[in-house]
Amino acid sequence: MDLRELYQDIILDHGRHPRNFHALAAPSHFAHGHNPLCGDKVTVYLDIVDGVVADVSFDGQGCAISVASASLMTEILKGKTLDDARLLFNNFHASVTGGPPNNLPEELEDDAERLHVLTGVKSYPARVKCATLAWHTFEAAVREGQHAGGA
Amino acid sequence: MTALRALPLAPGFDPVALKAEFPVFARHPGLVFLDTAASAQKPDVVIEGLAEFYRADYANVHRGAYALSIRATERYEQARETVRRFLNAGSIEEIVFVRGATEAINLVANSWGSTLQPGDEILLTGLEHHANIVPWQMLRDRLGITLRVVPVTAEGTLDMAEFARLLSARTRLVALTHVANVTGHVTPVADVVRLAHAAGALVLLDGCQAAPRLPVDVRALDCDFYVFSGHKCYGPTGIGALYGKRALLAAMPPWQGGGDMIRTVSFAHTTYQDTPGRFEAGTPDIAGAVGLDIALQFMMGLGLPAIEAHEQELTDYALAALSRQRGVRLVPGGGNQIGALSFTVAGIHPHDLATIFDQRHIAIRAGHHCAQPLMDHLGLPATARLSFGVYNTPADVDALIAAIATAQRLFGV
Repeated sequence: MDLRELYQDIILDHGRHPRNFHALAAPSHFAHGHNPLCGDKVTVYLDIVDGVVADVSFDGQGCAISVASASLMTEILKGKTLDDARLLFNNFHASVTGGPPNNLPEELEDDAERLHVLTGVKSYPARVKCATLAWHTFEAAVREGQHAGGA
Repeated sequence: MTALRALPLAPGFDPVALKAEFPVFARHPGLVFLDTAASAQKPDVVIEGLAEFYRADYANVHRGAYALSIRATERYEQARETVRRFLNAGSIEEIVFVRGATEAINLVANSWGSTLQPGDEILLTGLEHHANIVPWQMLRDRLGITLRVVPVTAEGTLDMAEFARLLSARTRLVALTHVANVTGHVTPVADVVRLAHAAGALVLLDGCQAAPRLPVDVRALDCDFYVFSGHKCYGPTGIGALYGKRALLAAMPPWQGGGDMIRTVSFAHTTYQDTPGRFEAGTPDIAGAVGLDIALQFMMGLGLPAIEAHEQELTDYALAALSRQRGVRLVPGGGNQIGALSFTVAGIHPHDLATIFDQRHIAIRAGHHCAQPLMDHLGLPATARLSFGVYNTPADVDALIAAIATAQRLFGV
């Protein structure tokens, strides 16, 4: 496989200039993610209002794949319902692990298409965790990351 | 004990010819293997020797009143003699077979360490592998002893002034690496042993990275314990050795109970074998010991001074080539490095580097190298590490440098 398929320009761009790369001042939820294999660390901050991701950001350190994946994730999740976020994650997870894709509602297909740039990791089993770290951390934040002092 | 026939000394050290003795390079043409510090590839003599042992001489040891078992026992004990010779220990009673260095350190912590009292101190260093940190932390949590850590200087050496300050009458043991696994730094073991002994402390040396590439003489070092893993010395996985001074081992309690380590057993009272048998409960890794024997003879046949010279030459070559490469930052290795070195490339995470290298069949390690405290001290979440074996050549380093340039072009840095 050509390296350019893994390291597409969008990935290199988001890896170098990550979007929403900061902590939220008053997140309703947050969680830390860690890949002990390579030392990647990410913190995902969420502001969830009535089941909608009103705001999302991240910080941390990691390889180009994990930073780009987190950056793209924040762009895509902003404004989504938690239900749609879960559908997108399941679909993305399937696309990078080679599992069967689930059926997405039409309005999420463009987002799934944007995430398609990361599917190159499928050929690099050691890198799948890099691509999914931010998403797993997002899930953990929603599940058990309610901020004690939050709304 | 059967006397061992020493292999003839290699007339010249030829890594290209040696490479042909490692079948992995025939199966994977173009493989540039720069991860021997994690585990070495295996020569044909070890692979075939293991198979032949299973075919011809295999049975359980120390039990059978039949020829095969006697032969297997002889091979197993002959391996102990080879380890003794490899380390220049005074007696085979000072050589205990273990699964690897990790188990050896756990053995010392659980057996020798069991007599420590609250207030006793163990000195570690900031260069240690997790295997020489975690067993001592577990002992600390159990017994309430104190661990102190000798810091690493900005140059990557041990802070010897701080070492002298931390050393006291409370220090019972200094546990340090002989060669650091992240940087290949050769620690000043002679000074450490002298100072520690003067303070009444014992010294355990982690020889995982030293044994594969330096002549080791435990009597000259005068260390109290020395541990190493066979798989980094071209031998099989699952076997390694603990050297301990005889008087120390003889006074240490067993740590695992079972068959083979006992003299008599009754429900009221059990008596144990002397060292080394008392530390080898259950059926040992017999074939592993035989494989280790062959691997160490392979190394001694090449000559440890020749291996050391080869690895020093490659290390110096790589240090020079990497320092010339734009954007590369070497992790400080204290100016005295052999066999391994770590670096980072500006703008490219080590994990991305490793993937790009892998695409060119270059195998390196990326990550924290089981030395998270050192990485924290360096302020680096991860580095790329290359390390050498007898089969490496300067061309392998050249391939790595070319791959770094490719990665820099791809990432536009």
